[in-house]
Amino acid sequence: MKKTFKGRPVVKGNVTATALVSHGGFNTLASYQHSLMFGDKTGKCSDQNNSDLYEKPMAGTALCMPQTIGSTTGGLVLYCAASMNRQPKCLLFSKEIDSLAAAGAILSDVWTENSMPTVDNLGDEFLSFVKTGDKITVKEDGTVEVER
Amino acid sequence: MQLDKRQQAILDGKEGEIKAKVMKTLVMYGETFGAEKMVDITGEYGHLVTSFGLSVMKPVYSLMDKLIEGGAVSGQKFSVDPRPLESCVPRNLIQDIFFRVMYSKQKDYDEQLKKLGIMNDDAYTCTCYMNEVGNTPKKGDILSWAESSAVVYANSVLGARCNRNSGILDLFGSIVGSVPYFGLLTDEGRKADWIVEVKTSRKPEAQLLGSAIGMKVMEKVPYVIGLDKYFSSLDDDAKAYLKDFGAATASNGAVGLYHIENLTPEAVDLGRTLIKENAPTYVIDDEELERIEKGYPIIWKDKGATPKLAFIGCPHLSRAQLSSWSKRIHESLKAKGKDKVSIKTIMTAAPGVMEEFKKTEEGKRLLKEGVVLSHICPLMYMNNPKCGTMPVITCSNKLRTYTSARFYKEDELLEIITGGDK
Repeated sequence: MKKTFKGRPVVKGNVTATALVSHGGFNTLASYQHSLMFGDKTGKCSDQNNSDLYEKPMAGTALCMPQTIGSTTGGLVLYCAASMNRQPKCLLFSKEIDSLAAAGAILSDVWTENSMPTVDNLGDEFLSFVKTGDKITVKEDGTVEVER
Repeated sequence: MQLDKRQQAILDGKEGEIKAKVMKTLVMYGETFGAEKMVDITGEYGHLVTSFGLSVMKPVYSLMDKLIEGGAVSGQKFSVDPRPLESCVPRNLIQDIFFRVMYSKQKDYDEQLKKLGIMNDDAYTCTCYMNEVGNTPKKGDILSWAESSAVVYANSVLGARCNRNSGILDLFGSIVGSVPYFGLLTDEGRKADWIVEVKTSRKPEAQLLGSAIGMKVMEKVPYVIGLDKYFSSLDDDAKAYLKDFGAATASNGAVGLYHIENLTPEAVDLGRTLIKENAPTYVIDDEELERIEKGYPIIWKDKGATPKLAFIGCPHLSRAQLSSWSKRIHESLKAKGKDKVSIKTIMTAAPGVMEEFKKTEEGKRLLKEGVVLSHICPLMYMNNPKCGTMPVITCSNKLRTYTSARFYKEDELLEIITGGDK
């Protein structure tokens, strides 16, 4: 089964990755805290409040979420993850991107070699449809294909 | 985006390649949110969220070096979040070794902050807006701040204008002296998306109410009805309550601005005209708060463990809160015939606030009663894996969210630290 969604490209790029889905807000600091501090290269999620992601590796995934929440270190944390090669391959938002995630995506694009293609406004239906483990293809015009 | 001459010159590299890259980042950031211009920062000081010399966050320090070498330092002085360590805070040998390794970059980073423009050696706190610290924006000031609890306070309680900027972008704004004009900087962006009706039987715990609202409205702006009856004015007590309330809305959700009817400046000026058409309503009663509290996961290995440490003061306590806690702890100990707290208790406040408080009779008494008075960041303490596995309790919802600390309401926490029950 394959379904296509269209969003707005915030950071443009073409990429294919496996979906990792958070139905609640993605708390960037809480999620990446342990991985950045203790050298876990897989970027295992340490947010105890996020039952969708807790203890799952985030590096190299197509991270799907409504938006990010929590501390204003959020963008800096994503920037560090990208600089240390522990970042998701792409960021996909059902809602309009929030200021912290946007900062992280843009900082990574401008200041590191590890740009994360980022698409927002994919709609609630995207988040209802996509499941962890689906194959995701992102195109630079903001098209996102979900395949299972 | 339309830039003025000065801004365009920076983007064109007239002030160096690094500053041009800083401006490019801000322009991309603004364009993402439909900003059509950059506006000048009018607040006197900035505030940065990054205060910790965490050894694994090398990318941040490398970036800071690039900025300094490229002459891209802050155009305004700034305060910064709390330091992670202080010698008075208890730790065992193993924990101490971990701290030394984890925060081995602290001295180097402190030096970088000096070069970049920190206000002074005491400007390390998440509550920079306290009078004793001296970074209190005026109503209407445009800011380039980060630190979620400080941003929501500046917007809501002081009526300043600041987006929920990320760390690094806070400094970028201060470097070029401008920020993109969108979101909470605009009149439209400051209108309320949600109505929250507080219908509890008594004054709700600030940290619980904020948590409930944050989880519900996420990044939206709530207009809160029914809370003002518990306050006579926006005095020190009300400000302290709103500080804790706001920190919980910002950490349990992503709230950058709230309005409290008849209390916060814009709600007083504009009333319900601040509420957007068709805004949904969220009713909070005693049952709802109970539901929220019961939903907090307890991630201690032994859920019945006796607490070893208590943290009070995330965000940092105000002078009035230190005084209030001092009285409550003293009276509770007296009632139980005790003279010292049963559990190591650490209370945190800004260096300037804490040093003044320590000189008072209340401060001296609290120290004799075994309470540690510090200016560290409890979150940074708990990030030490050898501290994170300890059964730590707190009345801070922010600390609960980011660490393994277990949440208790203030009265419950008081009972535990003075009575030894859990």
